[in-house]
Amino acid sequence: MQVIVALITVIVGLALTALLYWGVHTLVNKYTQGKWQLRLLPYVFIGPVLVLISGFLIYPTVRTIYLSFTTLEGGKDVWVGTRNYEELLGSPDFIEILVNNLLWIAIVPILSVVIGLLVATLANNVGPRAEKTFKSLIFMPMAISFVAAATIWRFMYSYEPEGQTQTGLLNAIWVGLGGAPQPWLTLASWNFNDLLIMVPVVWLNVGFCMVLLSSAIKGVSEETIEAGKCDGANGRQVFFRIILPQMKGTVLAVFITILIGVMKIFDIVYAMTSGDFGTSVLGMEFYNQYYNFFNPGRASAVVVILFVAILPVMFYQVRVFRKQQEIS
Amino acid sequence: MTAVAMETKVAVELTPDKKRRSKGALTVLTVLVVAWMLPLFGLLITSFRSREAATETGWWAALFNPFAEDWTVANFTEVIDKADLGSGFINSLGVAIPATVLPILIAAFAAYAFTFMNFRFKDVYFAIIIGLLVIPIQVALVPVLRAYVWTQDTFDVQVVGTYPAAWIVHAAFAMPLCVYILRNYMATLPGALIEAARVDGASHHLIFWRLIVPMSVPALASFAIFQFLWVWNDLLVAQIFLGTRTKVLTQSLYALLGRYSEGWQQVAAGSFFTLIIPLVVFFSLQRFFVRGLTAGAVK
Repeated sequence: MQVIVALITVIVGLALTALLYWGVHTLVNKYTQGKWQLRLLPYVFIGPVLVLISGFLIYPTVRTIYLSFTTLEGGKDVWVGTRNYEELLGSPDFIEILVNNLLWIAIVPILSVVIGLLVATLANNVGPRAEKTFKSLIFMPMAISFVAAATIWRFMYSYEPEGQTQTGLLNAIWVGLGGAPQPWLTLASWNFNDLLIMVPVVWLNVGFCMVLLSSAIKGVSEETIEAGKCDGANGRQVFFRIILPQMKGTVLAVFITILIGVMKIFDIVYAMTSGDFGTSVLGMEFYNQYYNFFNPGRASAVVVILFVAILPVMFYQVRVFRKQQEIS
Repeated sequence: MTAVAMETKVAVELTPDKKRRSKGALTVLTVLVVAWMLPLFGLLITSFRSREAATETGWWAALFNPFAEDWTVANFTEVIDKADLGSGFINSLGVAIPATVLPILIAAFAAYAFTFMNFRFKDVYFAIIIGLLVIPIQVALVPVLRAYVWTQDTFDVQVVGTYPAAWIVHAAFAMPLCVYILRNYMATLPGALIEAARVDGASHHLIFWRLIVPMSVPALASFAIFQFLWVWNDLLVAQIFLGTRTKVLTQSLYALLGRYSEGWQQVAAGSFFTLIIPLVVFFSLQRFFVRGLTAGAVK
């Protein structure tokens, strides 16, 4: 029964959309002519996109900014000015969240790019067949969801009280080395547990970095490398002075992609610790404020802070695009 | 840039260079790949172990003594029944397939207009789309959810918890990236051909379906894989817009994760069950996937 309902919903949904385009296009073609047709037709094509992004991205963003200055009282949003922000920024818990976010931004993108670059470089030197196998294995975690990744790594970090068998690999090794078993994900000093949650994210991201960087490495011109070697450059110099500068664009693109993903990270923290033990981040705090504290105003303020942090990246992207337009 | 990358790649493959094979690189890579696969492998082993075995010994014990191990598939059958993974599977498909096809259809139309049509504010619209590429979805969630609830109360129809509620949200959030990638791809198609078709009197709709869609298959396919995996693996949108009424696989797995006290073997089996489709998609369509990635980011 469930299958049939699902199937019908899917087919009807898809058919309706295709029909909509066809219908509107036919109408415009039939009932308008010349100048008007030329003006209207593009909107038949981009109209739905404009509706979707204004209705589901732009308007909600504006609305969220407004909501961040309100609080929910008796079912109504009451204007409270900057109170949400003041309370957030005045609370040590939230400062810790900001620090955690900064740590994520500082560690995960760089680590992913560096390991990705290492794998890409090494794989370039083992012959095509081995390269393909290695790359596809490193790339595979990319297909895994954050929830499944959280399961996999919580199992790695799992903890049994002292005296019982440790079935988590990390504790088994630790105990084998003579240590006492540790509840790893609760160890908050020096943000140790934050680092442990970052590991699966790096694990998922390295493949992505590696694939892009690997194709960039293959794009580095052989002549420049040969020329460098003739001039007596050693391996390290060839890599840092000749290969790396030529793939600067890709490295930057990969870095920014991971950076944005990390800034809004939610699923993995939610599935590993729910933000407990001092591991919360902005994406997690938004969810907690909204769902656990029923405070849409505060939740909105949290995402507005996140949004402001992302704005520079946004301006950078648009500027790069503008420059490309000028060139072409 | 992509074109340059491809040419060089061909050249490298045509001239077998013996110096390229380095023993050191091979060793380091092997160690790295083993470490990379270890967590996943441990979970896979555990998913086939009995409860007693999984609580009494680590999964590596089963590896050292595989014949003494009491291998079982009971974890899978149990978990599919008990933890709603069966219906989660159907719901995931019901959400993910249209949430993949719809945005691609909508974005492809728009990408066509951005590439082959002239209209006012074209560059402004496109700049807005680029700006939206990086917007975190959390920024839009609360107002959209409220709009859904408002529609529900006003028109007395169920919105939250239905497939279309999730499709539209996924489609809207995917739109900027999808339009961007498809436009970049379509810009590489021969414009003269489209001009010729126009001169011959073909309508834009016809050109789109007969010329552009067939020629854009590589880009469409690679984005489709991307979007499908993204939707299949999503938890946040599902938690908020599907709630508990229509649970998808990631939600069922999340609920199952809270019950690891009954032994990791069930959680492990549940995890693997959710991974079947993504891994099949990944390994069978990896080529498109890689091509899509390189086309999208290098440009």
